[in-house]
Order: sequence, then C-alpha cells, then structure tokens
Amino acid sequence: MLYGLDGFCHWLQGTSLSSLISRTSWVIPVLQMIHILAISSVISSVFLLNLQLIGVRGGDEAPKAAARRLLPFIWWPLPVLLVTGALLITAEPARSLENPSFAIKMLLLALAIVITLLYHQRYVARAKTASALGWGGTAARGIGVISIAVWTGIILAGRWIAYTQP
Amino acid sequence: MIFLNALQWLHDTDVATSIREGDTLFPWIECVHVLAITFVVGSIAAVDLRLLGLASRGRRFSRLNAEVVPLTWFAFAIAVVSGTLLFSTKASQYAANTAFELKMLLLLLAGVNMMIFQLVIFRGIDRWDHATTTPFQAKLAGGISLCIWIGVVACGRMIGFTMTDMPG
Repeated sequence: MLYGLDGFCHWLQGTSLSSLISRTSWVIPVLQMIHILAISSVISSVFLLNLQLIGVRGGDEAPKAAARRLLPFIWWPLPVLLVTGALLITAEPARSLENPSFAIKMLLLALAIVITLLYHQRYVARAKTASALGWGGTAARGIGVISIAVWTGIILAGRWIAYTQP
Repeated sequence: MIFLNALQWLHDTDVATSIREGDTLFPWIECVHVLAITFVVGSIAAVDLRLLGLASRGRRFSRLNAEVVPLTWFAFAIAVVSGTLLFSTKASQYAANTAFELKMLLLLLAGVNMMIFQLVIFRGIDRWDHATTTPFQAKLAGGISLCIWIGVVACGRMIGFTMTDMPG
C-alpha cells in the first residue's frame, strides 16, 4: 500500500478515466494543443498589457481601457487550462505531480494570479483617471516587469516538465 | 542532392553539435521557441478576432494592428532563429517528418494570406477602420489566419510525438 502523493498518483493512474486518456493515442496531443492555444491567449495578453504599462508600446489608450480589453483574454483561458491540465495529469499523474518543474509552475501560477487579480484587475482596470496611473511610472514598470517574468516562468517550467521527469 | 547535403552540413555545424550533445541546451532553446510562438499565435489571434468583429471592437483596427504587429514580427524572428537551431540538431529527420513539413506549408500559407490582406483588403481600411462590423473579406482573412495558426500549433506539437526519441 502506498501513502501520500505516491499513493494518490497510483490511485489516479488506476482510474478508468486515466486509462481512457492514456490509451487513446490522439487524446494527449489534442489536450496539449488546446492547452498551448489557451496559453497563447494568456501570454500575448499579459505581454501586450504589461508592455503598455511599462511604456514600451503606444499609450494613446487609457490603462483602464487596455486592462478591460485584455484581461478577459487572460481570465477566460484559465478554466480551459485547468481542465486540460487536470486531464493531462490524470493520464500520467506522477509525470507532473512528482515533478519539481510542475511544483515551480504551480507556485508561479499562484503568484501570477495574485498579481493579476490585485494589480491589473482591481487597480488598473478601475483607475479613476488616466493620470492617476500614467504609462511608464516607476511602480507600473516594476510590477509590469515582474508580471511578465512570472507568466514567462510558468511557460518555461511547463516545458521543463517533459525533461525533469521523476 | 544539394538539399540533403545542406541538411547534413547544418547537422554537422558546431552549433548543432553543441545543442545535440548538451544536456540542457535543447530544452532551453525549446522554451524560448514555445514562448515566442505562443506570443506570435496569441497576438495574431487578437488581430484576427478584431477582423472577425469578435474582440477589441472599440479599438480602431489600424491602431490595434500598428501596435501589435511589430511585436508579433519581433517574436516571430525569435521563433525562426530558435526553431532553426532546434531543426539543425537533426536536420534530415525533421525535414522528413510529416508534421514538420505540414507546419512549414502552413507558415507559407499564413504568409500568402497576410500578403493578400496587406495588398488588397488593407487598402480599403478607411471605410471600416472605426466600424465594429468588418467587411466580408476582412472576416475571411481573419478566419483563415486563425485556422492556419491553430494548425501551426497543432503540427508543432505533433512533431514532438512523431520524432523518435523525443520527450512529449
């Protein structure tokens, strides 16, 4: 009898859903494709919004307007990523759950969600005036760089899951 | 024969050899490639969805296009360089891989679609730049582009599953 994470991975691998996903050859590639397409929406929106906050690209649009236009393309793919990610884990539980790259990815994801929720969603998207939050201010630059770095880290850690298998 | 020789030459370059024989170079370059391609696809989709009239409708098309596309090209250049480095490690195997060949064909089609858009549809931009509903040709170009780039991602991912001795 296995306990803890090993036991959980063993149990999950034994479920009929797990064998269904891993037995059908095309399911895992298709899930990964959907996962990557959803990531494309998130990462491009993260870059476009934060580059605007940093002051790299055109600032004729108010921060509030840019945040409201781009934030749905960060939030809405997240449930898709959660479902496809969970199914991929179900197919091969130990491949990710016992993988250091996966742990790093989840930590960075939690951090990214906190930053996006507290800063972009609750602060930038609700800024009363454009001047209250000018493009390229010191704080905006700092948080913009951190946000880009954290979301980038999620993608890098995600790709490394394939190379740091337990 | 010239093509096969070129592939062999690429395979034998010092850069390709270092990436092939190093433990971590290939995954790191692949990370850069994935990051670049996700930005390319996501940012092109932003423009395509505006063409389809499904997103960013309050934003002038030409403005959205002008602020997104230079960044897309920058990311695309990174994807091409990193992709070429990955390709060089097993040039002849990749060249013979169906998923890889299909991906290159789709990239070519994406280029043709973009050229037609720039030369034909973009010329009439003044008539619908501010409009929330776009003309049929604009919708068509956006729809085709979206399908092509989804195909590029699908083929790209399939390369990892159809090349021998590659992790998934």
